[in-house]
Amino acid sequence: MPQRVEIVKKIMDTNDRLAQNNQATLDQNHVFGINIMASPGAGKTSVILETIKRLPAGIKLGVIEGDTAPVTIDADKIVAAGMPAVQINTGGDCHLDANMIEMALAELPLSDLDLIIVENVGNLICPAAFQLGTHANVLIASIPEGDDKPYKYPNIYRGLDVLIINKVDLTPYIDFRMDYFQQGVEMLNPGLKTFALSAKTGEGFDAWIAWLTGKVNAK
Amino acid sequence: MHELAVTESILSIANQAAEENQAAKVTDIYLVIGQLSSIVDDSVQFYWDHISQGTISEGAKLHFERRPAALHCKSCDTQYPLGEILQPCPRCQSADVFIESGEELLVDHIDILREEP
Repeated sequence: MPQRVEIVKKIMDTNDRLAQNNQATLDQNHVFGINIMASPGAGKTSVILETIKRLPAGIKLGVIEGDTAPVTIDADKIVAAGMPAVQINTGGDCHLDANMIEMALAELPLSDLDLIIVENVGNLICPAAFQLGTHANVLIASIPEGDDKPYKYPNIYRGLDVLIINKVDLTPYIDFRMDYFQQGVEMLNPGLKTFALSAKTGEGFDAWIAWLTGKVNAK
Repeated sequence: MHELAVTESILSIANQAAEENQAAKVTDIYLVIGQLSSIVDDSVQFYWDHISQGTISEGAKLHFERRPAALHCKSCDTQYPLGEILQPCPRCQSADVFIESGEELLVDHIDILREEP
């Protein structure tokens, strides 16, 4: 006769524990970490490059780039901006996980850094399931993607600490109902910290940079 | 697509529990999958058939208990299902709601056979 063995264990438990270790590593080095998620084309790399440009000069940062294929375009752009970058090729995998981040952190000069920016793989479903150990999960939504995304991809909005709405300069040209979008966000994640900005015009960046600088200085 | 990573975790949890309980074989694995966890059953089953081979859990039957996502309206206390797309409260149209369930992603229990003494 088969015997029943009670388990009741979260399937993501191993990843979650590795993520906790990563956060401890960051904390020991007084580094603030953010995990940037978005759909492809929302402007992750543009927002990161503009953020690097606008952060106070004293803040030293490193970037961890997730890509599904071994292309280094995004990482090259970061290195050209003068920052250490580690490229993770996920080999077609749709997300980064805590184990990949642990390996990437080992390649960065953490004791010299104040901020780590992780650029996750462009995808609104899979990255939501994997905690990385960063201090803030950030989603970049963008105006051309449409105002229905919180309603269609509720899961990724649930675990967010910060929402960036990029490409607000396109608002006059696109039927994006900001009220409808924000109602969906509010249902899933009440009071979510939100910054509306444009990586192209720089509009709205001051508030985001002030928030990020505050977090980095508090570490 | 992240079902492979999820399936690997299920296998590792089941194999570890089986060893701790001196099992000869795992016959059944009972999973609880919330609607909001974005997991496709068929895809987990596909990976399972491959990666469980040669382990103590090979051939174990996967049972999926699907938990629908439920929302709760704070304005009028109505509970309603998430459905295909997120919607405000069907009774009073309020968007002041919270998610009550549907985010589960658990191995609940397994059935094992012990070696005959």
